Amino acid sequence: MNRLSLHRVLLWAALLLFAAWFLTPLYVMVVTSLKDTQQVREGNLLSLPSNPTLASWAKAWSSACTGIDCGGLKPFFMNSLLMVVPAVAVSTAIGSLNGYVLAKWRFPGSETLFAMLLFGVFMPMQVVLLPMSQVLGWLGIASSIWGLILVHVIAGIPSTTLFFRNYYVGLPDELVKAAMLDGAGFWRIFTRIVLPLSTPIMVVTLIWQFTNIWNDFLYGVVFSGADSKPITVGLNNLANTSSSVKEYNVDMAAAMIAALPTLFVYVVAGKYFVRGLTAGAVKG
Amino acid sequence: MRASWLPKLVVAPSFVLALLFIYGLIAWNGYLSLSASRLLPNYEFAGFQQYVNLFESERFHVALTNMAVFGSLFVGGAMAIGLLLAILLDQKIRAEGVLRTVYLYPMALSFIVTGTAWKWILNPGLGLEHLVQQWGWESFTFDWLVDPDKAIYCIAIAGAWQSAGFVMALFLAGLRGIDDSIVKAAQVDGASLPRIYWRILIPSLRPVFFSTLMVVSHLAIKSFDLVMALTAGGPGFATDLPATFMYAMAFSRGQIGLGAASATVMLALVAAIVVPYLYSELRVRK
Repeated sequence: MNRLSLHRVLLWAALLLFAAWFLTPLYVMVVTSLKDTQQVREGNLLSLPSNPTLASWAKAWSSACTGIDCGGLKPFFMNSLLMVVPAVAVSTAIGSLNGYVLAKWRFPGSETLFAMLLFGVFMPMQVVLLPMSQVLGWLGIASSIWGLILVHVIAGIPSTTLFFRNYYVGLPDELVKAAMLDGAGFWRIFTRIVLPLSTPIMVVTLIWQFTNIWNDFLYGVVFSGADSKPITVGLNNLANTSSSVKEYNVDMAAAMIAALPTLFVYVVAGKYFVRGLTAGAVKG
Repeated sequence: MRASWLPKLVVAPSFVLALLFIYGLIAWNGYLSLSASRLLPNYEFAGFQQYVNLFESERFHVALTNMAVFGSLFVGGAMAIGLLLAILLDQKIRAEGVLRTVYLYPMALSFIVTGTAWKWILNPGLGLEHLVQQWGWESFTFDWLVDPDKAIYCIAIAGAWQSAGFVMALFLAGLRGIDDSIVKAAQVDGASLPRIYWRILIPSLRPVFFSTLMVVSHLAIKSFDLVMALTAGGPGFATDLPATFMYAMAFSRGQIGLGAASATVMLALVAAIVVPYLYSELRVRK
């Protein structure tokens, strides 16, 4: 029994050590963001703020400089909101329809199409950046939020289709067949039978898409214009703006502001987020 | 199946759009890489000249070398830590849910956010170096982030920190999927716990191991955000990866053809990892 409890002590020591390793950067971000520049200079990474202040948060939100602009992260945050809501809604809706057809209304070649679409989950997006910026130009939505929304919807379709398809494959075919015998058609079966059973995968997909689109940097930095930059681009510009004194406290407050929406969703609905993570890698 | 045209009609627009945007634009990018494009797209055919230039470019060599260094450390680190965490968490831990949440939260954050945080932690002035010096080790120096030879290790550390929890989640799901009776039978036979893991559980994680390896390696090839936030490819271009090289050439240096060629190389690298995996996954499913 003694040996066993020694095992448990070692086990817990390792678990807690890892927990500390994972949490330290977040802790450093929070305490640094609550210090003023003098406390940052006098203290160290781990020291608690001697006189906590939200001044850095206020500055990061409304008056910090991102390049030549000095309006803080607020406009970027708003851009991200305007972009993320339609992009998540549309890509999820399309994904559920595609998944429904691929799982329950297979046709010759549908599996091949699915495989081709699946490659879109993994491909490096660098390979479409150059032509895509040309296409957005033709459509007249280059450097606009609309352009970013379109790109995020198209880039999201492979994953959302994969999520829904794998989930719908698990629904018994008899459900669909019985409904068909009762005379229900394609849409009726979808809206009356399949959709009401979709809540879990709907939540997984919404959270997955929200986290990915909110956190995206590549499309944001390539396809946005002066007025449509998302929060990640704003944060990166803010943190890389060289001023005479580097204000790490403002950088950390800005990073927290950019992190809070996805962190909040993760804390509230982490279970669904993890399911999305594993769904992308392990077959359903 | 009365209305068998209807399902096809419903998926057609989004399918055509997605496939066109994936494969059409890949082909277009391929054509750009064979053109003489520089500042503006120029569809004059130039053969493989851009690829010749690409592989003669010192900066691209640095990017490829960095990818190999970063990739092996990042993939190896994340896989090792992730597997260890999964095994530790598999020991009937009462607070498993909380610990799992803690280990995995970095995955919910943007690499720009964590990159900004790591940049502050690793900065030689007031960061980790300052902390250890205040703890009494006065001669301690840690300036890897601004050292052209070492900065890439900082990126690997931050990357492994971010992704280890993801690997853990995949392995933990794999461990939970293993039939309990095998373990019980081994216990009855008197096998010790480490032996059970080493001989039975870890070998039966093989499929999970390969899919995880595939996912994490392709992430390594695509890494972009973290480098941009942590070093922006610097000092100089010492921490360039193929993705940041592509971005610099295509969007700030007016070398569209060269950027397109490097994107094609990235595609080939990812395809080499992903296509065999997808092929075997889809074949097994049938």
